[in-house]
Amino acid sequence: MARALASATAEGTLGRAVLVSAVRLVVGYAIALATGVPLGLVLARVPAIKRALGPLLLGLSSVPSICWLPLAIVWFGLSEAAIQVVIVLGAALPVTLATESAVRHLPPTIERAARTMGAAGPTLLFRVLLAAALPGILTGAKMGWTFALRSLMAGELLFVSGGLGQLLETGRDLADTALVLGVVVVIVALSRASERVLFGPVERVVARRWGTAAS
Amino acid sequence: MFATTKKWIGATAVAEPELASAPAARSVARPPTRAPAGASAALEGVTLAYDGGAAVLEDVSLDVAPGEALCLVGPSGGGKSTILNLLAGLVKPTRGRVLFDGAPVTGPGPERAVVFQDAALFPWLTLEKNVAFPLEVAGVAPAERAERVDELLRLVHLSRFRGAFPHELSGGMRQRGAIARALATRPRMILFDEPFAALDGQMRELLQGEVERIVRASRTTMVFVTHAIDEAVRLGDRVVLIGTRPGRVIGEVHVDLPRPRRAAFGGARADAGGASLEDVQAVRIAQRIASEIRVEVDKVAREEADGAWGSSSGPDGGDPRRHLGRGI
Ligand SMILES: Nc1ncnc2c1ncn2[C@@H]1O[C@H](COP(=O)(O)OP(=O)(O)OP(=O)(O)O)[C@@H](O)[C@H]1O
Ligand SMILES: [Mg+2]
Repeated sequence: MARALASATAEGTLGRAVLVSAVRLVVGYAIALATGVPLGLVLARVPAIKRALGPLLLGLSSVPSICWLPLAIVWFGLSEAAIQVVIVLGAALPVTLATESAVRHLPPTIERAARTMGAAGPTLLFRVLLAAALPGILTGAKMGWTFALRSLMAGELLFVSGGLGQLLETGRDLADTALVLGVVVVIVALSRASERVLFGPVERVVARRWGTAAS
Repeated sequence: MFATTKKWIGATAVAEPELASAPAARSVARPPTRAPAGASAALEGVTLAYDGGAAVLEDVSLDVAPGEALCLVGPSGGGKSTILNLLAGLVKPTRGRVLFDGAPVTGPGPERAVVFQDAALFPWLTLEKNVAFPLEVAGVAPAERAERVDELLRLVHLSRFRGAFPHELSGGMRQRGAIARALATRPRMILFDEPFAALDGQMRELLQGEVERIVRASRTTMVFVTHAIDEAVRLGDRVVLIGTRPGRVIGEVHVDLPRPRRAAFGGARADAGGASLEDVQAVRIAQRIASEIRVEVDKVAREEADGAWGSSSGPDGGDPRRHLGRGI
């Protein structure tokens, strides 16, 4: 297995695959965060929108995001956009739902105190409510990252696209068990390392401020 | 009014001794060097029902004089917190009017500060940033802000803990922090909602003394909600009794005792037999409040015990100064 990985590294296929996958993941995840957090905030604050979209989003979240791939391919063809749709849908939903729940379950005196101090509008939304919901949002963000990675792998396996998923496909085509297992190990290692790099600092901040134990 | 507030926020210390003597005079052109005096407030025939439910408050009228320290006592669920929320502008009356300084209240604002039972400090900010928050919102310049925060932390004896996050502070320190934050914008009225209910007896007495000292020095109007009659008698110039279901005013008692007042269970108890005249008067007032409110407390107790609760109009067990009864 180590030899298979070594040769894949030497040929440059592994490096290129990791890079392609990582870029996709980061772009898709960034879009998911940028839509999921504001959407969750709006859902928590505007009952009418919550009533309209809430059940739909809950329903959608039970559908594995890879199910959207056929539709995405019909719309966008076999393109980066199609695979991004799958990643964004997979990651944005848990982020949205976690943000919504975190904001809705804040102690009511936090908002009341802020309003009596004159906070309103964007100050209240971003500097108070979002800041207060950070621990819950972080949980959602971590879940979103995992979902983004899963969606990405599923997507890459299903259509030729470079990336680690395709490398797995190559391994299967060549009946190269060592290569397949090697790539899985790489995926596990990358996922653990990326979580540590991305969320470690935020987790330490949350632990320090809220006094919760760091995981 | 608000534009000028911004200018002179942070200009003077709350506890300056000369505050108490000089009369209030404000001009737009030259900001005064003193904090503004407390403002009046009133509920006029206020009825409130949350979301079309039964009335929580029924035709409540209440006047608070400028600079007055008013305590509200009454059984649980009577609507005391609701009255504070109305005064703060956090909820709107279904019927009737809420006035502050003679004008209808349209929403919350920094001239009316609230101290909540759970302190409600922001967990993601250090104590010093918490105290600075209302000043930041009001647009006070950083240098002035820092000065004002220093002064406030000194006032509540928390300078050493300025860098601590709320979870690193004790319950009493959190309440002192919340009081400092409430004072930051020099409110003309401070509303306290059972701020010391979760603290032990000694800490409560200590903080009662601080509230008496700080609020008097700032000449701010105060409305203080509490379950404990001894607390109301210590802090209030007047104690208003709030009945329940629906919430309404059922009586009031004036407390004409000199200040600063002693802790209810402090010195007098220690040297047995040495209770001063003031202590005796305080007990009398507390007993009057307790007896006026007993009927109401019994009503709540009976309802909550599903009719299994007897009347307590006979010989009374506990000390009436301490609490309103077990039904609370
Ligand atoms: N946001 C709300 N929505 C609906 N009902 C409410 C709301 N807030 C309070 N109530 C109801 O209004 C009544 C009065 O509540 P309030 O909190 O003002 O009482 P209180 O006198 O402060 O009681 P306590 O001493 O227990 O704090 C209660 O029956 C309560 O259930
Ligand atoms: Mg209450």
